Amino acid sequence: MLTIKDLHASVEEKEILKGINLQVNPGEVHAIMGPNGSGKSTLSTVIAGHEDYEVTKGSISFDGEDLEELDAEHRAHKGIFLSFQYPVEIPGVTVTNFIKTAINALRKAKGLEDMPAKDMLKSIREKAAMLEIDSKFLSRSLNEGFSGGEKKRNEIFQLAMLEPKLAILDETDSGLDIDALKIVADGVNKLKSKDNAVVLITHYQRLLDYIVPDFVHVLYNGRIVKSGTKELAHELEAKGYDWIKQELA
Amino acid sequence: MAYTEEELKKELETKEYEYGFYTDIESDTFPIGLNEDIVRAISKRKEEPEWMTDWRLKAFASWKEMKEPEWANVRYEKPDFQAISYYSAPKKKDKYESLDEVDPELLDTFNKLGISLDEQKKLAGVAVDIVIDSVSVATTFRDTLAEKGIIFCSISEAIKDYPDLVRKYLGTVIPPKDNFYAALNAAVFSDGSFCYIPKGVRCPMELSTYFRINQAGTGQFERTLVIADEGSYVSYLEGCTAPSRDENQLHAACVELIAMDDAEIKYSTVQNWYPGNKEGKGGVYNFVTKRGICHTNAKISWTQVETGSAVTWKYPSCILKGDNSIGEFYSIAVTNNYQQADTGTKMVHIGKNTRSTIISKGISAGKSQNSYRGLVQVNPKASNARNFSQCDSLLMGNECGAHTFPYIEARNNSAQIEHEATTSKIGEDQIFYCNQRGIDTEKAIALIVNGFSKEVLNKLPMEFAVEAQKLLEISLEGSVG
Repeated sequence: MLTIKDLHASVEEKEILKGINLQVNPGEVHAIMGPNGSGKSTLSTVIAGHEDYEVTKGSISFDGEDLEELDAEHRAHKGIFLSFQYPVEIPGVTVTNFIKTAINALRKAKGLEDMPAKDMLKSIREKAAMLEIDSKFLSRSLNEGFSGGEKKRNEIFQLAMLEPKLAILDETDSGLDIDALKIVADGVNKLKSKDNAVVLITHYQRLLDYIVPDFVHVLYNGRIVKSGTKELAHELEAKGYDWIKQELA
Repeated sequence: MAYTEEELKKELETKEYEYGFYTDIESDTFPIGLNEDIVRAISKRKEEPEWMTDWRLKAFASWKEMKEPEWANVRYEKPDFQAISYYSAPKKKDKYESLDEVDPELLDTFNKLGISLDEQKKLAGVAVDIVIDSVSVATTFRDTLAEKGIIFCSISEAIKDYPDLVRKYLGTVIPPKDNFYAALNAAVFSDGSFCYIPKGVRCPMELSTYFRINQAGTGQFERTLVIADEGSYVSYLEGCTAPSRDENQLHAACVELIAMDDAEIKYSTVQNWYPGNKEGKGGVYNFVTKRGICHTNAKISWTQVETGSAVTWKYPSCILKGDNSIGEFYSIAVTNNYQQADTGTKMVHIGKNTRSTIISKGISAGKSQNSYRGLVQVNPKASNARNFSQCDSLLMGNECGAHTFPYIEARNNSAQIEHEATTSKIGEDQIFYCNQRGIDTEKAIALIVNGFSKEVLNKLPMEFAVEAQKLLEISLEGSVG
């Protein structure tokens, strides 16, 4: 599904990603871990197609198609979803209005008519219930005055509504208390299927107790320096990242 | 009246000003220039009584002594007032008895504007007095209104049919000498609307007027007078579209509102005059004086969505004369390309316990300049006056400007005045966030702008809110590269 080959990427002339290789297949869950500043968020942003990041070498392909020429909205149309680490506020635009606009944008890209209001409402109710989101929440301005946990839950709500092929969750666990983390993880697990894939970007092992990865990769200094199964995450939890740094030194 | 998304998108594809067509109707136009004879001729052509002619002549005499104001934060080449024709009316033999007698091309114009009379008649609760180039040619729903004693007609008709009312109130809120453009309007106004709501009557429908400039080189000088008698209520909608034109066109309107004791007037405007092209060529000069007076317990609400015109100079104001009266001003002003807007309000607190609210949303894009200018004045006897003002500016790109000029004059110690102002930019992170959800940049901007303007959009009557949202999107097209 997602194939990344020798990816180098820079922002403002500074090279952050220095040769990433990654293969994600349908039905898989990958976790990307690593210390601060290792390039985790840059990787997710580059996959999503942010203009400020320049791919200087290598390639990203999705469903066999090179993404280089595709801008962010077209990548979204193909089924790439990024749950942001820091979701932005859009004052005056309700959670409902925003998701409606996004869904209809995706449908338009597929040549479909707007989703009938009745279906939209049904879908919103279902997904909100799944994530234990209060209906009052849906009429609030997008992310405005949301707590850290509310922002993350809203990201996962959008994920549930949009049903992308590839979901990249960037530090979704940060800001969530343990109950909220369980609800969110539960939601992600319910959405998982043999046809879609999840890439989890996280500092901590904690999230991986709830969303169990098939593969764990350690990102350090712009490269994936170690890959393994979920045991690798436990090892990291026990030994810390210094262990990797020492091993590399 | 709800537009489907598809229709909306189609609209968005039209980059050129969509009402930029020109109707070839045989019209009756005065020679250019302005002098006493022209003023007399206008009055005569309109079969006005002598008092009206005198009123105009007096205004003209004042105007000759006045200078065009220069304090606004706008730069433009001053119009040559002697190069304008001051009267243009579609040529007609007699008054129309039915639509069949109306010039088919004129009807076609209405159709292009999406305001065909048939459609309008069907549209629940909207009575329309259409003004095309100065003369009112059709009025609907008048009978329905007449049953309640409501008068809704062109001001020319009102001068003939209800001279006592007009004479009593015309110029009482905006005296002819008030300012340069008001004086000009008083001297040469061609037509406009008149509305009277009798005591205790709640007007059962939204009253609306569509204005349009159609004849090349014709200045348009509308005059509107709305009188809400004691305990009455009226909601008045004013929407404007104008065809594109290369030379600048002058529009100097006057709107006077009178809210008697316990009355309420809601006056909503969507202004969409031709803003000029991308290089700043052409466009309407919109120099408007709008003012209302509130007597005891009365309320006036101005709501405006200003997206058009090359230069806008406009301050819908409230004189809160009566105790416990309320004034409100809700505004969205959008400027793009080389547009300039200097707009705001004046809230003059005279009575006790008077309250005013000002919510202004300015959106600037391109190389435009957008200024809010507002005055909150509390007179010595206005005890317990309260005002809340909020002025928010949204900037798009790095070449536009947003300015706020709030003036506060409090001469009573019990006054409570609050002023809040914010300036924000549409963030690239906001756009990226929307893009990542599959929403294209143009739509993302529309979403963000509509969100920003929501508090004001919510104040508009439903059918206007839809049009206003659409206008915001159209006027900001291509503003992000």
